[in-house]
Amino acid sequence: MSDPRQLTVAEALGEIGDGSLSADEWFDAYAEAPDELGAYLWRAKGAGAVPTGGEHGPLAGTPVAIKDIFCIEDVPTTAGSRILEGYAPPYTATAVERLLAAGARLLGKTNMDEFAMGSSNENSAFGDVRNPWDRGRVPGGSSGGSAAAVAGGLAPCSIGTDTGGSIRQPAALCGVVGMKPTYGSISRSGMIAFASSLDQCGPLTRDVRDAALLLGALGGGDERDTTSIGFPEPIAIPGREDLEGLRVGVPSELGLEAEGIEAGVRDVFERAVALCERLGADVAETSLPNARHGISAYYVLAPAEASANLARYDGVRFGMRVEAESLDEMYELTRSAGFGPEVKRRIMLGTYALSSGFYEAYYGSAQRVRTLIAGDFAAAFGDFDLLVTPTSPTVAFELGARAADPLAMYMSDYCTVPMSLAGLPAISIPAGLAPPDGGGPELPVGLQITGPAFSESLILDAAHAIEGAVGFDHRPKLAEGRR
Amino acid sequence: MSAELVPTIGLEIHVQLLTRTKMFCGCELEFGAEPNVHTCPVCLGHPGTLPVPNEQAIESAIRIAVALGCEVAPRSGFHRKNYFYPDLPKGYQISQFDVPLATAGRLGGVRIHRVHLEEDAAKLSHVGETGRIHGSGASLVDFNRGGTPLVEIVTEPDIDDPAAAREWLALLRTTLRQLGVSDVNMEEGSLRCDANVSIRPAASPELGVKTELKNMNSFRYLERGVEAEIARQREIVESGGAVEQETLHFDPAGGTLTPLRSKEYAHDYRYFPEPDLAPVAPSAAAVDAARASLPELPEQRRDRYEADLGLKPEVARRLAFDASLAAFFEEAVTAGSASAPAALANWITGDLVALARERGLEPAATAATPAAVAALVGLLAAGEVNRGGAREVLEVLVRDGGEPAAIVDRLDLGAGDPDELAAIVKRAIEEDADAAAKVRAGEGKAIGALVGAVMRETRGKADGGEVTRLIREQLDL
Repeated sequence: MSDPRQLTVAEALGEIGDGSLSADEWFDAYAEAPDELGAYLWRAKGAGAVPTGGEHGPLAGTPVAIKDIFCIEDVPTTAGSRILEGYAPPYTATAVERLLAAGARLLGKTNMDEFAMGSSNENSAFGDVRNPWDRGRVPGGSSGGSAAAVAGGLAPCSIGTDTGGSIRQPAALCGVVGMKPTYGSISRSGMIAFASSLDQCGPLTRDVRDAALLLGALGGGDERDTTSIGFPEPIAIPGREDLEGLRVGVPSELGLEAEGIEAGVRDVFERAVALCERLGADVAETSLPNARHGISAYYVLAPAEASANLARYDGVRFGMRVEAESLDEMYELTRSAGFGPEVKRRIMLGTYALSSGFYEAYYGSAQRVRTLIAGDFAAAFGDFDLLVTPTSPTVAFELGARAADPLAMYMSDYCTVPMSLAGLPAISIPAGLAPPDGGGPELPVGLQITGPAFSESLILDAAHAIEGAVGFDHRPKLAEGRR
Repeated sequence: MSAELVPTIGLEIHVQLLTRTKMFCGCELEFGAEPNVHTCPVCLGHPGTLPVPNEQAIESAIRIAVALGCEVAPRSGFHRKNYFYPDLPKGYQISQFDVPLATAGRLGGVRIHRVHLEEDAAKLSHVGETGRIHGSGASLVDFNRGGTPLVEIVTEPDIDDPAAAREWLALLRTTLRQLGVSDVNMEEGSLRCDANVSIRPAASPELGVKTELKNMNSFRYLERGVEAEIARQREIVESGGAVEQETLHFDPAGGTLTPLRSKEYAHDYRYFPEPDLAPVAPSAAAVDAARASLPELPEQRRDRYEADLGLKPEVARRLAFDASLAAFFEEAVTAGSASAPAALANWITGDLVALARERGLEPAATAATPAAVAALVGLLAAGEVNRGGAREVLEVLVRDGGEPAAIVDRLDLGAGDPDELAAIVKRAIEEDADAAAKVRAGEGKAIGALVGAVMRETRGKADGGEVTRLIREQLDL
């Protein structure tokens, strides 16, 4: 028997089906693997000690790593923040319940940037996560622990959250598949809010087929989240091998002209676009003229919502409290001690943007930009079925490289933020390897494929075809010794 | 001497809706329960929780809006109102802001500026002398109340004296009570009223600087608080000062007003659209249906009492604006087909209310049934008991209940046989020919002696008016 950690979810479920692998063997292989990447914040101690789902669901026996932003009853949940250290929620997130109901088994909670604010996982209050491709580099973020776990053989699949690229960018940097589905397709109940109008749950997997498998289990309306409506049709398991008949647009602003795009990323992207043509797609350049304002709008809207969403961490009912003489002092000391610098920065940005006298200039303008960007996509989807861009302008960067420069860090999401603002589904799949600018090891480059709202099945189908043609080796970079 | 100063008053009312569950979660609503038994992750603001709007609350709010003659917005939104306070678990209150549920209504001559939906805060109690957060040793939070559906009603500044403010609030309470959407109990906090008060020279078209009065938790306190604030502002202006815009706390014990410390209320709520909730978009048909299903409201009832039942405006208003009294009256009218509604109305709003009040009760809560009161007024109209006797019977009815005719018999209050009374009158005239002559000669006062003689003979049971009528009849006047 080969190492079960080399298998995709679909492959392992197949082996369990034909009796060559047991669910316990599969689970234990992961549960016993040492976490040398810092990917987990909490790991289940044996399958019996944690909530488990049914025996017959589509994911029966599948070990899954959950980003620590999802509440699980009585399981430590911190969202990467000191302020929630020791907090164990009284309820379980709907997305997690759905996975468990489909038969998944909880492996653990993965590390992340504090409250999902970051693109390198360096904003976690509980330590960095290492990129399995080069441990001196970041895994991306904010779902850095999830991406590293899937890429590094610590989980066959994971779920994360994506607000401006937090699934897609780490997936790209770690060489795995990550998908942010249409806003509203998966319940946000139990998902700790960063920016409510943008946050969306999605899978991180080794290949496209597994992404479809998880997405199918996750989707659905939820009476606990009135903004969730599920998918209009069940997610089909992708099987397509070509792109015949599909019109594929390449938006120049987010493609070759993307701000800060590295030469290696450019090369891999150009090869991927050429591949789309070879697969039969009708490829043409297009434009999303307002997309370049995406980052500016995003860094007004997301912090504005965050400033309200994070007000509940006040030391009164749960989580950290620093005792003080007066109420105001208690608030101040608790929040000063509990939040890290990036979270504080965004709370201040958001509070300022919503202040009386500034609201129109900041929040109001940003909302209008958001509408314009959505309009750009709508226009593009009049001409194209799908759009392709690089996922990240760069490959994985070195730990600490952008830590002192928030704006450089924010640019990591240049290509992913516009889709978030428009609420659109987008997937990142590995498209090849490239060295960083200035030289270094060959590192994964992600290709982002975006479609209209609720076009997940089409996106997955196209991604499956491209994935097959790219031939990326999706087997994990095992932590205990390189292949 | 300064010119005459006139006050202007606007009210801001919060009404707790009588829904089964809270505004945004499934927790039960129960007044007076053990602290913190009706809570869940949502109303405690746990991470990851989302609000789910209560449909019944939205329906009730629409009902209130149409009852107040408002225009219901085809699409209104929820906003977050941000401030830190321990009674606010999320650090923001979900409320409505730029587009409220409804606008532009009118009730009892006062224009309604807006009606909107929001969630109530939790209940804080401060351990310490003042009962307020500053200077208290500790504060306790009861989250049972947190998340109760609230409707906020804001009037235009159309009220010009404290008594009118109190009266208008009573009309609003009756209206809301009749809709069945709230307990509207000021003592329990299901009806709360703040007042915006300003004064200006009578000739000035511009309103003065207003202050906001809080914590007036009874009708009496509203009147007293506003009175005190008008007096305070008058004194400032008359001594050459300027009123400052501020929020004042009414202390019912001393009847005094003290400014709230600036930290007890925030200045910038940083409102923004609540991303967790879809807009409220009631269909025109739903709004029409709500309007069509309204019961008869106090103002319509008053108009009907005047037009159809011939009640005097003041009596009609007093009955119509008190739902329970109106119901009592209407039941009495139905029961006493023989008696005139106007007489019934006078008895109910006069003697019955007074007798009930002596016992600290509403008329409906006394032993007197509407049918009994109607029967009593019928006996009076038929001359079978006089006014004084009827009042005695009413006292018995209020205390013990019973059947008026039987009580008249038992207490021997009957005015007696009309023929018998005529005979007594005849005897009195014969026995006091002197007085009779004077009456005949046009000396009106002299009739008193004859009436007195008849009343003595009947031991006060005869109806004075009837006796006078008989005397004049027998004297051919």
